[in-house]
Amino acid sequence: MTTAQAEALDERAARAVVVREAWAVGIATAAYGISFGALAVAAGLDVWQACFLSLVMFTGGSQYALVGVLASGGVAAGPTAIASAALLGSRNAIYGMRMASVLGGRWWTRLAAAWGTIDESTAVALAQPTAHLRRVGFWVTAAVIFVGWNLTTLIGALIGDALGDPRVYGLDAAAAAAFLALLWPRLKRVQASAVAVAAALVATMLTPVLMPGLPVLVAALVAVIVGAFNWLGREERA
Amino acid sequence: MTMWQIVIAASIACVAMKMAGYLVPPRVLQNPAVSRIAELLTVALLAALIGVQTFAHGQEVVLDARVPAVIVAAGLLALRAPFIVVVIAAALVAAGIRALL
Repeated sequence: MTTAQAEALDERAARAVVVREAWAVGIATAAYGISFGALAVAAGLDVWQACFLSLVMFTGGSQYALVGVLASGGVAAGPTAIASAALLGSRNAIYGMRMASVLGGRWWTRLAAAWGTIDESTAVALAQPTAHLRRVGFWVTAAVIFVGWNLTTLIGALIGDALGDPRVYGLDAAAAAAFLALLWPRLKRVQASAVAVAAALVATMLTPVLMPGLPVLVAALVAVIVGAFNWLGREERA
Repeated sequence: MTMWQIVIAASIACVAMKMAGYLVPPRVLQNPAVSRIAELLTVALLAALIGVQTFAHGQEVVLDARVPAVIVAAGLLALRAPFIVVVIAAALVAAGIRALL
């Protein structure tokens, strides 16, 4: 076997590994679209509105945040619900900056890339060693999640619609657990853990005094302040 | 606002965030404060949502079946249980306690 053939074989094997990884992450993630669909309907959205969010917004954290605020504050909390979703979605802008150099191309490629830029597609892509494998990881993960997430959202919304009062089934606790599961992998550093505890305390304590949705936004200021001054952060020398 | 207006406005805002990442010059990311705040913002918002989703009942702060459910969820996450298991277990704990009380 020549070196070129060996390299081609290695490349194909590496590609297969990435594709398998992307499918695994994609299916695991898409599965919880069921809980999103059910929670959205429980929060007062209809089946079409739940599906619209998964189709267009397509970023789980923001979708959960939007329906979470609407569940406690109703339509009156609309502006704060929108602000919560947008702020939580701001991390996708950071992912986009990281992915732009890997996924460059025509405007429609960039549009599709932006749409598919979420935690999981970025994470799978950035874990790969070469630019080609990063592209494979990104597109396969994004495509599997997009199709799966939209299907499971529809199923969850239809089931949720048939269920009735969500509290009987513990769906309110399920939403809290979903946020916790999204947060968990981000708590590796002291700074992040401290911000999490402080933000949860601030939001809970402000709940009786501010209208629904606002406590969450005020708690976000904890991140801005701690981040700007880098309190509890690692020493960074210029 | 109607529910549709909220759904559409929030979707546009989130898609705009995604697009912004592909339009902004990569220099911005090199500012350590910007990337630090962006990461901590996600942490703070998720934590705040956990607090509200666990303790708020309308504008009241209450201790109910959601608290043990979230504690069970945390335990399962510490044991590296998959997302869907964590979410279903929390729902079962809360539903079980409510059915018994």
